[in-house]
Amino acid sequence: MAIISIESSAKQLVLIVQEYCLFAWRALLNLFRPPIYVEDFLLQSDIIGFGSIPIVVLSGFFTGGVLALQSAATLANFGATAITGQFVALTMFRELGPVLTGVMVSGRNASSMASELGSMIVTEQIDAMRALGVDPLRKLVTPRIFACITMLFFLTILADFMGILGGAFVTVFMNHQNSTQYFSNAWSSLRYSDVIQGLVKPLFSGYIIASIGCFYGLRTTGGTQGVGRATIDAVVWSSVFIIVADFFVTRIMLFIFS
Amino acid sequence: MNNLPQSGQPGQDATLTNENQTPVLEFQHVSISFERPEVLSDISFSVAPGETRILLGPAGVGKSVLLKLANGLLRPDTGSICLFGEEIATMPEQQLFPLRTRIGMVFQEGALFDSITVRDNVAYQLIQERVADEEIDTRVREALTFVGLEETFSLYPSSLSGGMRRRVAIARAFIHHPDLLLYDSPTGGLDPVTSTTIIELIVKERDVHRTPSLLVTHRIQDAFTLCTHFFDTEKNAMVPYPKGTTDSGTTFLMLDEGRLIFDGSLREIVNSDNPFVREFLE
Repeated sequence: MAIISIESSAKQLVLIVQEYCLFAWRALLNLFRPPIYVEDFLLQSDIIGFGSIPIVVLSGFFTGGVLALQSAATLANFGATAITGQFVALTMFRELGPVLTGVMVSGRNASSMASELGSMIVTEQIDAMRALGVDPLRKLVTPRIFACITMLFFLTILADFMGILGGAFVTVFMNHQNSTQYFSNAWSSLRYSDVIQGLVKPLFSGYIIASIGCFYGLRTTGGTQGVGRATIDAVVWSSVFIIVADFFVTRIMLFIFS
Repeated sequence: MNNLPQSGQPGQDATLTNENQTPVLEFQHVSISFERPEVLSDISFSVAPGETRILLGPAGVGKSVLLKLANGLLRPDTGSICLFGEEIATMPEQQLFPLRTRIGMVFQEGALFDSITVRDNVAYQLIQERVADEEIDTRVREALTFVGLEETFSLYPSSLSGGMRRRVAIARAFIHHPDLLLYDSPTGGLDPVTSTTIIELIVKERDVHRTPSLLVTHRIQDAFTLCTHFFDTEKNAMVPYPKGTTDSGTTFLMLDEGRLIFDGSLREIVNSDNPFVREFLE
């Protein structure tokens, strides 16, 4: 009985992966094929991009601040508190900026996409859209993916900037160090490779957030309870895949820039 | 009697009227199952031009599934479905979209898009086709006037009653002057007065535009009203046919446990010996 259950679960998993790959591939191709729904792209950019600014600003600022707090205590043991700026800048630009922004935006938007599309499935709105001759993949999914990729790119820049500001706040007002030294050290330590690495990652994260959010939303079954399940799955799996993708992108970037 | 619909004389057999015409929709030996047992099994019937077919059956026998098969929202496991002369059972989804624009479908609960206004809901297809705003407004007002809801133009679906939503859904289905109409329990869950209003709209569309249609319902009284009434354009109201006459273009199908157990006219269904049909009618 247990073996049958494992076999069934494995088959189910393979089926989901296959469906997701086909879904993500078709959605990706639609980015380059008409019709392009510009109004929907702008609307989604507003919801995903501008709507996420408060959480990105706050999480970026306090992450930079906590990095400065933690690093200053450790660096003081080696008499190297002067490089706090470098530590904060590199960590924010390379890793925490893109990953944290991805996870925060995923929590907000993958859940919203899954629940919105899931509710549309439950109330037959997706069927109605198909019956009216409109492809939901093009109308609903592609603008969300395009908007999420574009907006996550800019949100990551904002998070990086706020992280450095947060680090500066802690360094100057709590650790009583020189602000010029902090900013100068942060600026001079950054290389193009660090910036590029940090700005390539949100392109993948944006794609993951929107495609997984929409995928789980559109395969919702089981009424309102199903919408809840789809929302949980969307947030969990998009967050996990953001970190997995981050690992592989980092490895590739390090290889390219080594 | 001068205001009776032109096609199909009362009391005649609809199949005789349409026997030489290519069906708008044709099912041949269609079966579908989601999990065992089959939801629909070996279903064969057709909808001729100008014909209204009423699909009867108790809840849960697969009526809505059949309707979704008719415009390719679901795919059959076996069998053939011809829509406007094209086989759609195996047609790729992308090729189905243009075909679906020729069909108007009214869903069970209306399925209106709740984030946009009534105007945008009714004009959804026109907006996708990038029709000019002025023309959209005119056509939406016409469609809303047809269903008697012109005052809802700027409202959101959430502020409408169940019956009003159903009428807006009908306006959305009618606005494009479709070649086939599919109604999924258009009066389900509504009070008798609102149900009669909806049936009147369906009769009006049938008799004014002669659009072929497939209507799913479990309410036998609605089905009989469709057969025994016609739309009088002079009185602008639904009126009964003279006693003993019925709409010959309106015929019945009946499903039981996924199988089509009846296909025929009002006279035939009333005189049917099938025990299930008799029980359903009584």
